[in-house]
Amino acid sequence: MADKKATREALGDELTALGAVREDLVVLTADLADATRVEYFRHKYPERFIECGIAEANMMGVAAGLAATGKVAVASSFAMFAAGRAFEQIRNSIGYTELNVKIAATHAGVSVGEDGASHQCNEDIALMRTIPGMTVINPADYTEARTALRAAVEMNGPCYIRFGRAAVPDLSAEDENYSFEIGKGRLLSEGKDVTVIASGLTVAMALEAKEILKADGIDAEIINIHTIKPLDTELVCASAKKTGCVVTAEEHNIIGGLGSAVAEALSENCPVIMRRVGVEDVWGKSGSAGALLDIYGISAANIAAKAKEAYLAKKNG
Amino acid sequence: MEITKRQELSEIARKIRIGIVESTNAAGCGHPGGSLSIADVLAWLYFGGEMNINPNDPAWADRDRLVLSKGHAAPALYSTLALRGFFPVEDLKTLRKPDSHLQGHPNMHKTPGVDMSTGSLGQGISAACGMALSAKLDNKDYRVYAIVGDGESQEGEVWEAAMFASHFKLDNLCAVIDLNGLQIDGKVTDVMDIAPMDKKFAAFGWNVFECDAHDLDSVEKAFTAAREAKGAPSVILSHSVKGKGVSFMENNAGWHGKATNAKEFEQAMAELRGEA
Ligand SMILES: Cc1ncc(C[n+]2csc(CCOP(=O)(O)OP(=O)(O)O)c2C)c(N)n1
Ligand SMILES: [Mg+2]
Repeated sequence: MADKKATREALGDELTALGAVREDLVVLTADLADATRVEYFRHKYPERFIECGIAEANMMGVAAGLAATGKVAVASSFAMFAAGRAFEQIRNSIGYTELNVKIAATHAGVSVGEDGASHQCNEDIALMRTIPGMTVINPADYTEARTALRAAVEMNGPCYIRFGRAAVPDLSAEDENYSFEIGKGRLLSEGKDVTVIASGLTVAMALEAKEILKADGIDAEIINIHTIKPLDTELVCASAKKTGCVVTAEEHNIIGGLGSAVAEALSENCPVIMRRVGVEDVWGKSGSAGALLDIYGISAANIAAKAKEAYLAKKNG
Repeated sequence: MEITKRQELSEIARKIRIGIVESTNAAGCGHPGGSLSIADVLAWLYFGGEMNINPNDPAWADRDRLVLSKGHAAPALYSTLALRGFFPVEDLKTLRKPDSHLQGHPNMHKTPGVDMSTGSLGQGISAACGMALSAKLDNKDYRVYAIVGDGESQEGEVWEAAMFASHFKLDNLCAVIDLNGLQIDGKVTDVMDIAPMDKKFAAFGWNVFECDAHDLDSVEKAFTAAREAKGAPSVILSHSVKGKGVSFMENNAGWHGKATNAKEFEQAMAELRGEA
């Protein structure tokens, strides 16, 4: 079994590593240094760490200003208060300006847990995806989150990266062929009957679902789409053409996120039967991360069930 | 205030604190620090005769409203509402469970007596402005209270609301700023200084009052003065101690958002029961 670690740990660890090689790197927080783990960077580079207080909108504007004068600014908060609260500041001061700001958003999705619906951001990917020029990344595990953050800091321009609070297996660390490129999906396991496209913490679930489906004689292909924008349309369509049916799985509203991005690509290029696993346009609630993921059907079992449904619909089509 | 009333209210504040510690302990998480700092103010509001409410009719249109803008202090509000008879005290043990009406942050559709859903800082005080304006539009005389954190006051929206309330002369609005001096990342003065709050609110056109949040006479005096002040909204700068009533939580930012372990729970309860 792979080690379990929350992807937010990668944010703190990789920022600290980058701090040594990138003197132009500055990190901002809005009274959430510890929970987001950017505290690790503060510890090492206090002079390049900017505490903004509980004022996310201002923080985004300040990050834009820092970037406009040549710095790489990483602005961090919970997804709800970064993408949500400060959407319009991100859109106009960071997106429209194409500035070099990386928005590091932790505590996304229902796996936030007990804080409940007010803090469970299931809309961030939808919001960020509609901003022209915004790169949107949702890493699957600790290793991928570190790699993605490094790539985001190396690229020029605005980028939104989503990190989670819940511990997830670090599968990428055990993958000998691991490679990461922004905008390139990863074919994790080949199959011929149905394509499962996952992102973030659903990637490990999708691999589990593959085993469940095997018992039913269904051979699933598993793809990790870490970059939701720009979407790897080529990979998505090639797989859809091969299997003839697709299931997406995400910890996000099924409206506007990965499921929508894939549906857009498929419907224009190679329409196939499709099912979406995710939060089905309802509000979150309090509970443990594990309990909530089950309640909202973000699980290996539900991914397998939806994959079977799509497969049968295709077969009986 | 009379000695008997003061004793009665401080007894209620003590029970509110017990509910805070018990519910967060049962949940294994939650926000005891900022809940404990407002226990006495809530005792005054709901039991001191300040708020005109009816636990048997939580949706009564003419009731006074309270918006817990610092929504993470939900355990304090839940404990108060339970003691006031809005729902059974036993419910407190279900805090933060999927099927509980007591969500991690206040939900106006789930919990009887909760007037506004909050949790995202800065927004509650705006909703309180809307409620107060609504009373004016309808020629009703209910009052609206908003409890705002000192860290929360760093949100620009708080000051947009401050401008709005005085522009519309919302003298039926009373904001309480819980000045416990701490937020998550440390001292408010270190994180992002908000001082001078008295001058800021005065400059925004508010009537400014101050109180010692843990001295019920002082609390009564401030709320009475706020009620009598006409023509402009009132703010009470409520000087409090984060974690008040549990010695090891007092003035400790580490107790912002975590629950007690078994040993800490026993100690906290012993202190609150007066046994320690
Ligand atoms: C908009 C927003 N940003 C961040 C948070 C996360 N958060 C919850 S409580 C808190 C600190 C609040 O400090 P303060 O207002 O002083 O509350 P108190 O000390 O009374 O607990 C923060 C940053 C939030 N709930 N909402
Ligand atoms: Mg405070």
